Amino acid sequence: MSIIKTEKLTYTYSQGTPFEKTAVNSVDLEIEEGEFVGVIGHTGSGKSTLIQHFNGLIKPTSGRVLIDGTDIRSKDVKLRDIRLKVGLVFQYPEYQIFEETVYKDIAFGPKNMGLDEKEIDRRVRETAELVGISPELLKKSPFELSGGQKRRVAIAGVMAMRPKVLILDEPTAGLDPRGRETILGQIKRYHDETKSTVMLVSHSMEDVARFASRILVMNKGEVLCYDTPPAVFARAEEIASVGLSVPQITKIFGLLRKRGIDIRGDVYTVEFALKTINEYLEAHGRGGLENA
Amino acid sequence: MLKDITIGQYFPMDSAVHKLDARFKIVITAVFIVMIFSADSFLSLGLAFLFFVIAFAASKLSPKLILKSMKPIIPIIIFTSVLNIFFIDGVTVFQIWKIRITDNGLITSGYMIIRLIALICGSSLLTYTTSPIVLTDAIEQMMKPLGKLHFPVHELAMMMTIALRFIPTLIEETDKIMSAQKARGADMDSGTLIERAKALVPIIIPLFVSSFRRAEELALAMECRCYNGGEGRTKLKSLVSGGSDYAALCLSLLFLCGVMIIDMGRVVL
Ligand SMILES: Nc1ncnc2c1ncn2[C@@H]1O[C@H](COP(=O)(O)OP(=O)(O)OP(=O)(O)O)[C@@H](O)[C@H]1O
Ligand SMILES: [Mg+2]
Repeated sequence: MSIIKTEKLTYTYSQGTPFEKTAVNSVDLEIEEGEFVGVIGHTGSGKSTLIQHFNGLIKPTSGRVLIDGTDIRSKDVKLRDIRLKVGLVFQYPEYQIFEETVYKDIAFGPKNMGLDEKEIDRRVRETAELVGISPELLKKSPFELSGGQKRRVAIAGVMAMRPKVLILDEPTAGLDPRGRETILGQIKRYHDETKSTVMLVSHSMEDVARFASRILVMNKGEVLCYDTPPAVFARAEEIASVGLSVPQITKIFGLLRKRGIDIRGDVYTVEFALKTINEYLEAHGRGGLENA
Repeated sequence: MLKDITIGQYFPMDSAVHKLDARFKIVITAVFIVMIFSADSFLSLGLAFLFFVIAFAASKLSPKLILKSMKPIIPIIIFTSVLNIFFIDGVTVFQIWKIRITDNGLITSGYMIIRLIALICGSSLLTYTTSPIVLTDAIEQMMKPLGKLHFPVHELAMMMTIALRFIPTLIEETDKIMSAQKARGADMDSGTLIERAKALVPIIIPLFVSSFRRAEELALAMECRCYNGGEGRTKLKSLVSGGSDYAALCLSLLFLCGVMIIDMGRVVL
């Protein structure tokens, strides 16, 4: 059974006013357990709106959302249970930090779950280690940390609840390349270690391509495609036509194909590109490139 | 949700009412308020209401909006009218045990309800059709004479502009923070009073932090643009009044006269 399933999910903001705006339009989606889903789409394509349905923060205007088989709108479902099952990290999560110490802030979620002191302590330390917050930082005030550190504390706050599904809305927005790398690596590690389902909303095709096992492309509130990275990038032109860019390396391969070189078009990582080019050159009787 | 608050919200549209000079709109709203409080019979109140209906129709807004703006004041309306019904003396209409309902009580609370509704309708129409920036601009212009008495007109207007500008931002921010804390399992809708008050801490602290941050950023941005108070400052869009503004004002005064004549007629008869 799929962990998240939507049926004709539609959401309209400010219904009945002149500001009416359909942000998500008739979305059918099935996400399997253990998947690492990358969500991309233009600004305003409805990504944030879509993911807020998955932990019951907003209710569909029409259509259904099933989490682990249960409709979030049915009466006997406690939204809190859904929220413990699906952890949501918002854009700029550091703005939700409020406790006096980093430790207490990470412990906020687990405490709300009603865990005992020992379990809370174990989870806080484990999660802090996972996101690279050193033990001495735990005693500090979160407001003294740097932006990137704050971001990691906030993400740890949700990870510490060990949700079955972890959804992150642009967790790397506004960070420098190094900070982005670190956070993405930690999310990947969380996914691998806990075997949970992860959804990562991002603007960067490169980031998504590297980690995701499946990519969801949103356009104007609708799903343009939901498939594995090679299958998605094989449709590079379609994706470019809605104003999204495929990874640089995919573009290069597209240009090569345009020039009449018979090479595959679904390449999206540099390593794989190197391998493909070598194979091509060898097949055509020329020497391979040196491994980078 | 917090988002449902429509009082003080502006709905941009292309209509005769939207285009009126904001200063005139303020004066006309004042005239309307005078109308509903000087009207002393249901007939004259009806006439005042007709004025509102005409203005509302000209604004092209959806009637649903007015109903929506009414929602938050329903408790106040019920409270005051119930008080009036029970505590005003007059001829008993009917009586249950010690509770007596009188004709005067009913009539007074009837007036009260109509006046309150009209008051909200009128002021909502003003804010629905005028952007807050223009509104404070108009207020600043109208208060300018007070500046001669060293009254800080410009500073006050600037403070109002900023406050108004940030209401929707703060509402949005509060909504976001609430969502984020709910996603972390915070429970805000149940528990004892003390528990609920405690549950507000995770919302209020981030809200304060971000308000201070915003204030700092705004102050910096204003200074970078060489803002140094109102002296010598000119406006990009100054308010201009034209024939239609005077016509609208005349119309409202006509209605006011109508209301007064009806009531005077009643007194004379
Ligand atoms: N609270 C709101 N009220 C009204 N409209 C909204 C609200 N939030 C979003 N929208 C509108 O819904 C649409 C989708 O917004 P959403 O935030 O889901 O986009 P997004 O894909 O997350 O964009 P971004 O990449 O910029 O975060 C946008 O057109 C936006 O204007
Ligand atoms: Mg978003």
